[in-house]
Amino acid sequence: MLNYIWFGLIAIAVVTGLFNGTIDAVTDAAFASARQAVELAIGLVGAMALWLGIMRIADKAGLVAVLARGIRPIARRLFPDIPDGHPALGSIVMNMAANILGLGNAATPMGLKAMKELQELNPEKDAATDSMVMFLAINTSSVQILLPASVVGLMGARAGDIFIPVLVATTISTTVAIIAAKWLQKRPRFAVQTTHADDGEAA
Amino acid sequence: MSIIDMANRVGATLIPLIIVGIPAYGLLKKVKVYEEFVEGAKEGFEIAVRIIPYLVAILVAIGMFRASGAMDYLVNGLRPVLSLLGFPPENLPMALMRPLSGSGSLGLLSDLIGEYGVDSLFTKIGATMYGSSETTFYVLAVYFGSVGIRQTRHAVVAGLLADGAGALAAVYVCKLMLG
Repeated sequence: MLNYIWFGLIAIAVVTGLFNGTIDAVTDAAFASARQAVELAIGLVGAMALWLGIMRIADKAGLVAVLARGIRPIARRLFPDIPDGHPALGSIVMNMAANILGLGNAATPMGLKAMKELQELNPEKDAATDSMVMFLAINTSSVQILLPASVVGLMGARAGDIFIPVLVATTISTTVAIIAAKWLQKRPRFAVQTTHADDGEAA
Repeated sequence: MSIIDMANRVGATLIPLIIVGIPAYGLLKKVKVYEEFVEGAKEGFEIAVRIIPYLVAILVAIGMFRASGAMDYLVNGLRPVLSLLGFPPENLPMALMRPLSGSGSLGLLSDLIGEYGVDSLFTKIGATMYGSSETTFYVLAVYFGSVGIRQTRHAVVAGLLADGAGALAAVYVCKLMLG
């Protein structure tokens, strides 16, 4: 899927650029975006190191395990392939809690830690598991209570008007995300493709 | 607004409380907090470097697409379909941009404010779309990239279905409540 979308975006950009006379801008954007991607990734290092350090302490102190036990009833339905009390569940809870509270720079490191722990349960290192997709579907549909600071900054006092609409829209999109992930995971076209002769990079 | 202010205040105060609270609890549990912190922090750099190729792939494709002006054609092509659904064409660029680019959709929100003002329904619908969703492609690239996953299976479809539902919900809820 991502193969087609990725190629589609590039192909449409180049064809439109040629017909539109924007091809120079398209070329510039390609290199500017590549540089921006690296800057973004490197820019994450500080916050990532800080939160992963704090998370490690939480882990060693047994806090993550407490959280993992706490969401067992919900987790069993959403993530049936994660064993009870696995640390991945604790990281998932912390990621969601950070997202709900609008702590964006804490949410990403916690989410990436969850992915790492989910990957340890994954027999096919190259392919996403059902739990990973469920986790990301919920994550991208944005479970949150607080409005993003950028919206409050732009809209000022009027930001209060959209507090309830955002809550409703985000609840609906999260519900659709969960249903879609559950429904699509069994479809043959999304089945895991085994690639045993791999380059061993994913280990 | 005061509730929003308060809620944001709580969020802002929470971070320092977590940063002091977790090590405090760790000390109680006899954890060597400084050593464990450093051990955990080591991974920060590795992860950031590991996601670079995935991020380059996604951001280059999206950057080229945005620069080409293809978005305008897409908006014009979809206009008749959307008016049937009661979806304002003014909000279509936001609905399409939101999953692709965080900075792009924030730019569109400030365009809406510039053109229609903060009190208009278009602005509120756009802000609701912005606030109720994440940059799906960025999240997928970073999260899957961090563990080297290339077969993303149904993640893109599930994410986009949720984004579509969220965008439609934003339109109808705003029209009902604020229209």
